[in-house]
Amino acid sequence: MTEALQDLGDYLSAALAEDLLDRDIGHGQLNLHIKRDSLLKVLTLLRDDQNCQFKQLIDLTAVDRPEQAERMELVYNLLSLKLNQRIRVKLSTDERSPVASAAGVFSAAIWLEREAWDMFGVFFSGHPDLRRILTDYGFEGHPLRKDFPLTGFKEVRYDQEQKRVVYEPVKLPQEFRHFDFLSPWEGMLRLPGDEKAEAEKGEEGGA
Amino acid sequence: MAEVQIKPLTLNFGPQHPAAHGVLRLVLEMDGEVIERADPHIGLLHRGTEKLIEYKTYLQAVPYFDRLDYVAPMNQEHAFALAVERLLGIEVPIRGQYIRVLYCEIGRILNHLLNITTFAIDVGAMTPILWGFEEREKLMEFYERACGARLHAAYFRPGGVHQDLPAGLLEDIATFCETFPQVIDDIEGLLTENRIFRQRTVDIGTVSREEAEDWGFSGVMMRGSGVGWDLRKSQPYDCYADLEFDIPVGKNGDCYDRYLCRMEEMRQSLRIMQQCIEKMPEGPVQVADQKITPPKRGEMKRSMEALIHHFKLYTEGYHVPPGDTYAAVEAPKGEFGVYLVADGSNRPYRCKIRAPGFMHLAAMDFMCKGHMLADSVAILGSMDIVFGEVDR
Repeated sequence: MTEALQDLGDYLSAALAEDLLDRDIGHGQLNLHIKRDSLLKVLTLLRDDQNCQFKQLIDLTAVDRPEQAERMELVYNLLSLKLNQRIRVKLSTDERSPVASAAGVFSAAIWLEREAWDMFGVFFSGHPDLRRILTDYGFEGHPLRKDFPLTGFKEVRYDQEQKRVVYEPVKLPQEFRHFDFLSPWEGMLRLPGDEKAEAEKGEEGGA
Repeated sequence: MAEVQIKPLTLNFGPQHPAAHGVLRLVLEMDGEVIERADPHIGLLHRGTEKLIEYKTYLQAVPYFDRLDYVAPMNQEHAFALAVERLLGIEVPIRGQYIRVLYCEIGRILNHLLNITTFAIDVGAMTPILWGFEEREKLMEFYERACGARLHAAYFRPGGVHQDLPAGLLEDIATFCETFPQVIDDIEGLLTENRIFRQRTVDIGTVSREEAEDWGFSGVMMRGSGVGWDLRKSQPYDCYADLEFDIPVGKNGDCYDRYLCRMEEMRQSLRIMQQCIEKMPEGPVQVADQKITPPKRGEMKRSMEALIHHFKLYTEGYHVPPGDTYAAVEAPKGEFGVYLVADGSNRPYRCKIRAPGFMHLAAMDFMCKGHMLADSVAILGSMDIVFGEVDR
């Protein structure tokens, strides 16, 4: 299994030399890290090439890493029935830069991209119908971003007097409890006071 | 007389309609009785499962999976358990694997019974649902006897299953396996050769192989179109590789073929269940690593270490090494996958749930185009949609 993946990875490295940033095999699955602009080229090749035939877009999702310059990592999960293999194509983008829509390559991408737009605010250029899909009509914000609070901003209730559903800011009787289970013996890599020792070392080295 | 352009009629189907199988709001643009465009509005049952999972430990995330496809709860847990196990690098003991497979197949029958019978009611047959739900109740009793809950099981956990089966349960399941084929025959006798049922389903919602691949279909939706693809066979997980079963494949890819596939899959599930009961090995049902699975109750009364393990496990949980993986199972509705990103802490960094129903519903527009309004109900029924998993 891993050998076949290795061969496939080598083949793709040769075919996509200038589009590929990196590739690795983790937990028996092949990951391709590609440049953002070459997405459509890579997907089309993976779908149509005789040695790949990844004809199914199984899943498309994003992972938000706010500490990175390009915080959104898009993950395309492809499946080849012919080879019985899976492959993941990854690329990164930020909030503003659009990503080319894969709706022309895989029809399955239409809803998956709508979901990624709804949940993460990744913009797909050339998408036929980029509306929100899972959230409420008139919802603001992108809930799966790490800086979106778990409780959200608005809550709804039915108002007896106005005879309609009203939106109000969230009021919590109790603060959301978020426990940090990392114990100081295991979790903390830098203990308070470490910086002094390091500063002394640095001075010694400088002198 | 001059030809006049008639504005298409916009029809709102659902969200409170018994044939919408939950909370689907379908906006249809009609030309007379013919559907020109179908626009499903989903998300009325969106609960933010993926966001909630990011704030829970790995063990606390398990029950959320029951609430996705609440028709066959354990199959969903299976995908999550497999993903976590792969990241942790652990292997479930063989008895645990057999119990899981046994319960997955019970889940498949649960699901197909509900789908076939409600599909039948959608196209006008009342009786199957009465017979099918009687059997579902028996199956849910088996759920209850194994884990204590009829629906929200939380039974498959990373590292195995929560507890061993009680005495006598396997014999009762074996008895069920003997009597159930009669019920399948009865339901089939009502539907398969039924003229009305066939008129409503044959050549309705036809999907070709290429279209099924393009739209990301899986499971019965794929097999109905003549693709012999089943993850239990092609990418076997747990002990499926040791079991013998056949994959039913359709020919025309219409609603009728999908119904036939589901019927045959129930018979194959029974075969798998019988083999599981026959081969059920003795031994532990979860891994011995007490950092991942809880210690025995009796042990906790005596051993200090066991008590500490228990406390740590149910407060802090376990830490999963950084990495990402995609684990998929052949759920009754199709390929149910979990893309799990771990960052080394005790909570998942990201957990994307790949629901088969979501992809199937995305193709609603293409499958309904040019069909009559009444056919949209048949198509929806044959897709096997449950909104718990579509909306997540």
